[in-house]
Amino acid sequence: MQGPLIDTLARQGVTRRTFLKYCATLASMMALPPSAGLAMAEAMAAARRPSVIWLPFQECTGCTESITRSHSPTLEGMIFDMISLDYQETLMAAAGHQAEEARHAAMKENAGKYLLIVDGSIPLGVDGAYSCIGGRSNVDILKEAAAGCAAIVAMGSCASFGGIPKANPNPTGAVSVSDIIKDKPIVNIPGCPPIPVVMTGVLAHYLTFGSLPELDDKGRPKAFFGETIHDRCYRRPFYDQGKFAKTFDDEGARSGWCLFELGCKGPVTHNACATVKWNGGTSWPVESGHGCLGCSEPDFWDAGGFYKALSVPADPLKIAAFAAVVGAGAGVAVSFANRAKKNAAKKAHQPITLDDLEK
Amino acid sequence: MNELQFLTWVRGPGLDIAVGIFLLGVLWRLFEIYTLGRKKDLAAPRHTAGASGLHTVFRRSLAPPGMLKRSPVSYIGGYIFHIGLAIVVFGFAPHILLVKNLTGLSWPGLPSQFVDLAAVVTMAAMVVMLVDRINKPVKRFLSTFEDWFTWAVTFLPVLTGWMAVQHLLLPYTTMLALHILSVEILLIVLPFTKLFHAFTLFGSRWYNGKANAHKGVPV
Repeated sequence: MQGPLIDTLARQGVTRRTFLKYCATLASMMALPPSAGLAMAEAMAAARRPSVIWLPFQECTGCTESITRSHSPTLEGMIFDMISLDYQETLMAAAGHQAEEARHAAMKENAGKYLLIVDGSIPLGVDGAYSCIGGRSNVDILKEAAAGCAAIVAMGSCASFGGIPKANPNPTGAVSVSDIIKDKPIVNIPGCPPIPVVMTGVLAHYLTFGSLPELDDKGRPKAFFGETIHDRCYRRPFYDQGKFAKTFDDEGARSGWCLFELGCKGPVTHNACATVKWNGGTSWPVESGHGCLGCSEPDFWDAGGFYKALSVPADPLKIAAFAAVVGAGAGVAVSFANRAKKNAAKKAHQPITLDDLEK
Repeated sequence: MNELQFLTWVRGPGLDIAVGIFLLGVLWRLFEIYTLGRKKDLAAPRHTAGASGLHTVFRRSLAPPGMLKRSPVSYIGGYIFHIGLAIVVFGFAPHILLVKNLTGLSWPGLPSQFVDLAAVVTMAAMVVMLVDRINKPVKRFLSTFEDWFTWAVTFLPVLTGWMAVQHLLLPYTTMLALHILSVEILLIVLPFTKLFHAFTLFGSRWYNGKANAHKGVPV
């Protein structure tokens, strides 16, 4: 096995065996056949560093933080090193005009071949003035960069679905990448932030097969977003037994029971947290005692509150009391009408005697 | 509207509307029915053992002699699906949570596997009863649109709820939203159809029992 990547890895002290193991893990995580691990290793080892342009729009840099967290100790980080990250405002040394020039140069040199990563939503309100870089609006930059790219990776829930900026009342008119770009393959990697290995998995797939992995109806890689948190949750048996934590510090919570009643959105959330976990497999939200927020689903921010169980009303009932009063009132009114009718009939009643009948 | 927005709508405004119409209808009809009043029976009351409103409430829950043999599906199927519905509606933990949120009342839930079994048995009983209604000429003749319609609006919440739990056909989120929507349709329909028997059943039995007890007839 030879190639630019394997050479670089060897220089960094990563053995061929470790690299193969990593590829096999990645392949199995993406539910690819065992042979794909080797194919992936060969393709990636030989891969030339593809140019990647990372555009940050209306975002909090949490996605970048998440990716960099996996950087130094893990192999994911090194794979990430192996792409040519030509523009990433947070990580790049260049600033100002130099940075802009780097982006333009990369776009020109790799026209039609570069991978475009976007994090953050794109505000359309006031002609996109809510978020500008170098005096240009996000929507303008996105359209320009997307025109020459091979594919787009929408990193995080903002780029994928609009995320928190799009939350009601959406003051900036924020939209997702796929709301604007219609003619390029787009893979959504939602999450607030997304899981680092999902990102590297998609990149590895792209390097190996030259295409994006199989996606679900929301443009998310099926390998990572195919199942719900609830279905893979280690606390699921407690749900099935009807054992629920009622507060965050009761006996149930201490015993690790299901967090459904505390508002866990696991049942409707598709993500890989329950299997892949976070921080190198250390833990994940539910394991640390907090319900899933549903951050990898569109509009999770407006899904009825983080601490309300899925089976309870999303909003307090507003018209119920009023309707009850109206119903009772209508019933009483009708009963009066019925009584009046009865009384009228009683009054109008004309007794008939035998004599009358014999007439 | 994506499926999560659909779910949030049925959990929010949809539920509000459905519960509103339900309460309006139920209170309207209860007030109207119970204020109708009845003419006083001027005859001297007779007393017979076993003749009272309370007796009738219980007696009518049992099949009259010979009827169980003549119409086993109606009685056995009816019992099974009513008990099954009660188990599913009041025994499933998420349902209890909803009741607790709306009314403050709460009780322990049943294991979800047991509720799952109850749902399957309930659906089977309901299907058997539907087939019986179609197959028996007399039952079919007596059936009106309301009978078919109320069967459907009762069956759909069980089916969609079970399918949501089992992850069948549609993604869980969509199925859960459809389940809640079907329950909302049931809530809206209930006060204005024969399903209102959920509220009037025991009252009307009591009334009949008492009126006949006055004449000394245990019914």
